[in-house]
Amino acid sequence: MAKQIEQLDRVVIRFAGDSGDGMQLTGDRFTQETASFGNDLSTLPNFPAEIRAPAGTLPGVSSFQLHFADHDIMTPGDAPDVLVAMNPAALKANLEDLPRGATVIVNTDEFTKRSLAKVGYTVDPLTDGTLDGFKVSAVPLTSMTVEALADSDISKKDAQRAKNMFALGLLSWMYNRPTEGTTSFLKSKFAHKPDILAANLTAFQAGWNFGETTEDFAVSYEIKPARLPSGTYRNITGNLATAYGLIAGSKQSGLPLFLGSYPITPASDILHELSKHKRFGVRTFQAEDEISGVGAALGASFGGSLGVTTTSGPGMVLKQETVGLAVMTELPLVIVDVQRAGPSTGMPTKTEQTDLLMALYGRNGESPVPVVAPSSPSDCFDAALEAVRIAVRYRTPVVMLSDGYLANGSEPWRLPEVSELPEIDPAFATGPNGPDGTFLPYLRDEETLARPWAVPGTPGLEHRIGGIEKHAESGDISYTPTNHDLMVRTRQGKIDAIARDIPELEVDDPGGEADVLVLGWGGTYGSIAAAVRRVRRAGGRVAQAHLRHLNPFPANLGDVLRRYERVVVPEINLGQLSLLLRGRFLVDVIGYNKVRGLPFKAEELAGVLQEVIDRD
Amino acid sequence: MTENSTGHVPGSNGHGLGGLRLVPKTDTAYKMKDFKSDQEVRWCPGCGDYAILAAFQSFLPELGVPRENIVMVSGIGCSSRFPYYLSTYGMHSIHGRAPAIATGLATSRPDLSVWVITGDGDGLSIGGNHLIHALRRNVNINVLLFNNRIYGLTKGQYSPTSEPGKITKSSPVGSLDQPFNPVSLALGAEATFVARTVDSDRKHLTSVLRAAADHPGASFVEIYQNCPIFNDDAFEPLKDPAARDTRLLRMEHGEPLRSGPDRGVVAGEFGGLEVVDVASVGEERLIRHDAHREDPGYAFALSRLDQPAFEHVPVGVFRDVHRPTYDDLVNEQVDEARAEHGDGELAALLAGGDTWSVE
Repeated sequence: MAKQIEQLDRVVIRFAGDSGDGMQLTGDRFTQETASFGNDLSTLPNFPAEIRAPAGTLPGVSSFQLHFADHDIMTPGDAPDVLVAMNPAALKANLEDLPRGATVIVNTDEFTKRSLAKVGYTVDPLTDGTLDGFKVSAVPLTSMTVEALADSDISKKDAQRAKNMFALGLLSWMYNRPTEGTTSFLKSKFAHKPDILAANLTAFQAGWNFGETTEDFAVSYEIKPARLPSGTYRNITGNLATAYGLIAGSKQSGLPLFLGSYPITPASDILHELSKHKRFGVRTFQAEDEISGVGAALGASFGGSLGVTTTSGPGMVLKQETVGLAVMTELPLVIVDVQRAGPSTGMPTKTEQTDLLMALYGRNGESPVPVVAPSSPSDCFDAALEAVRIAVRYRTPVVMLSDGYLANGSEPWRLPEVSELPEIDPAFATGPNGPDGTFLPYLRDEETLARPWAVPGTPGLEHRIGGIEKHAESGDISYTPTNHDLMVRTRQGKIDAIARDIPELEVDDPGGEADVLVLGWGGTYGSIAAAVRRVRRAGGRVAQAHLRHLNPFPANLGDVLRRYERVVVPEINLGQLSLLLRGRFLVDVIGYNKVRGLPFKAEELAGVLQEVIDRD
Repeated sequence: MTENSTGHVPGSNGHGLGGLRLVPKTDTAYKMKDFKSDQEVRWCPGCGDYAILAAFQSFLPELGVPRENIVMVSGIGCSSRFPYYLSTYGMHSIHGRAPAIATGLATSRPDLSVWVITGDGDGLSIGGNHLIHALRRNVNINVLLFNNRIYGLTKGQYSPTSEPGKITKSSPVGSLDQPFNPVSLALGAEATFVARTVDSDRKHLTSVLRAAADHPGASFVEIYQNCPIFNDDAFEPLKDPAARDTRLLRMEHGEPLRSGPDRGVVAGEFGGLEVVDVASVGEERLIRHDAHREDPGYAFALSRLDQPAFEHVPVGVFRDVHRPTYDDLVNEQVDEARAEHGDGELAALLAGGDTWSVE
């Protein structure tokens, strides 16, 4: 009997299981299938810092949420419509996020007395009414997988491990996903383990077949491809887009990319990715520590490479002294800080926006650096390229503030035309610029205030730079009071003047009648935009703007702030941008701040905006 | 892996010093004065740094490479002012980080001769981590560590090489720290070139600099350097004309190890070495110095001979062995990737494997 197919416009699915259950892989594969089908999508992986917390416990739960739709969407979704729970811990950890009416697919094999007890269930939640009001599909995923692999030579343990592919097959059937991508992915991943490959393919197919034949699943769903702007698309995470943006910056500037980095969650994937691309002339140096990573990058910059370092908060702290040296030596350097929950070790795998003030002010002395922030996973590409552009043009370290949510989250990305990427001219110094054939390493370009970049190997331009204050033109050591004052102001002035070279802040205010502006920065863009849509759909008027450049601010920011009666600034910190805006513009913005290690929910933000709109 | 990085023998390729084989050559006949910068030298009168600077400036023409291809990188401390006084490229960086900065520079620019100037505080205290890692990686840099056994620039606190019990501003009743032996430390990190010399012996200092420059990979040179203000005469036992010949154990590759006319080095217990009267054991039992031994254990044993302090202090090259340099290996991986797969093409990279089109 042909099954019924129901049309949906959007779905939020969360895969949840033990850290060892392969939920990230499952979610990633479902995402790739969905991307290749042409839906718009947004993902939120959520996993513990422990590699393998004790099996079956709440701290060990790993999940992957995917929102996909037939229209453009902004966030991974506030709440799942479907939860796949591979064990009692996964059910317990995620149940409170589920709205009534949601679908719960549980792996009943894991609901043993022992597993239930591990997470404090004294009675089975599948039978005690806990799940009343949910659509529950109880599926013995593990045993069906093992059964499907009965003829295989692999061990029972390996057979059990393939249960995530069974689940993926089932969900792929439910949502009519194309499966070729997963098949070829498995073939490549297990190319050298034919037994395991066969088991995974069989389990995947068995899951699909189970959906098609069992009466438990009467309906499958179809979500039509989204009508996105025309172009070629791929799915991409923030860290991958960052790596690509850096490579593009290297290509566009003609500077070989040198990455000095020390592994740290959630930034390590950028190091992993860049280490693969030696054909692009990329040199990656896994340093002994964070300090060495940035030091080597700065050394490479001195030699005429594009020096880059990647890190997260605790590493950023350690790098700041070297960033200060880059400020003083006025060499290009890109520092990518993938922010995570702090302070100290904090919650390494959870997201936050708490490094803004550290990026701006976390160094000794007056030490200004440009700061840029991406607004979505794919936007990390443009933000990284922009960081390179500013660093090279202005001979300055630039901080890019990504975050854990952007880093691991993914979305479709419309590929840019390579021919339309900005050209970046390193404009190395080639000859003397001073009187009598002398070279003055700090004699500045009148327009950009950038100093000449003379790399070793250039005859006649031999010079010494360093962290000591230097004469405004010759670069010789200088302790003269007026010279220091001049240099402090010049370094600041150089960064401030970049405001002339960045776009003005655009405000999205369709009716032009809003009294309330919501202003964000960085990874909160999607949540804020989704909230703004909700408010507008309900008849509310609200304007939205989002900052790419945190230093310097766009030249028109003050005007924009003053144009609105009230300005709401949501941040995943305790009000760092708010502090800056109040200090700079004397505008008493209304902060909305939650620091939970998670992105904002659109519904919650919409409520906040509506409340501010409704104020007298 | 190409032969270039593995099969190299210093000085054997007909292009001068082995550590400079990828640096362009010049026919310019430089003089010492060509390496003096226009900056006034500002060390204290009598500082050992003057002698090292003069020896270094007079040695540089020997390298036979263009001045613009020489880069000095230093950290913080008295010795770290060195780059300002040379007319080459230079970076006076931050405390302890010079080996890290030099690693990035040397790895990305194999055509440069990169020298790290550091001190016992800069290189062994705050920058100890970077130093040992640069040495183990065998980055093609030359590290000159000026050891004066005191903090000079911060005005006289004990350093990681100060002797136990030392009375200083920060240790009024004596330092409690066990000092590092810098040579032992470098050997522990399996540095491929380790040497020691003394600021006041220009001839020996120059010969060690030459050997360091000739070594492809990381060269570590400890230079005993006198601080006349805060630790004057720290090395006097090695400078006193009456005593120095018996106290300095001058190592020459292939020659018997002798400490003065009467004493020499023989194999001791547990793989160690000991200094004995030559007459009591016979000339033939003296160990002939072999700087090329792969196992660093022998060189380490040599580095332990200076106990009790200044009785027998080995100077010269402890170890000089060949291992592929880090920069060569990094650049080979890049070259191989390009040779095998061609230069990267950006549009193809960005598209990756899975794309779809929207009309």
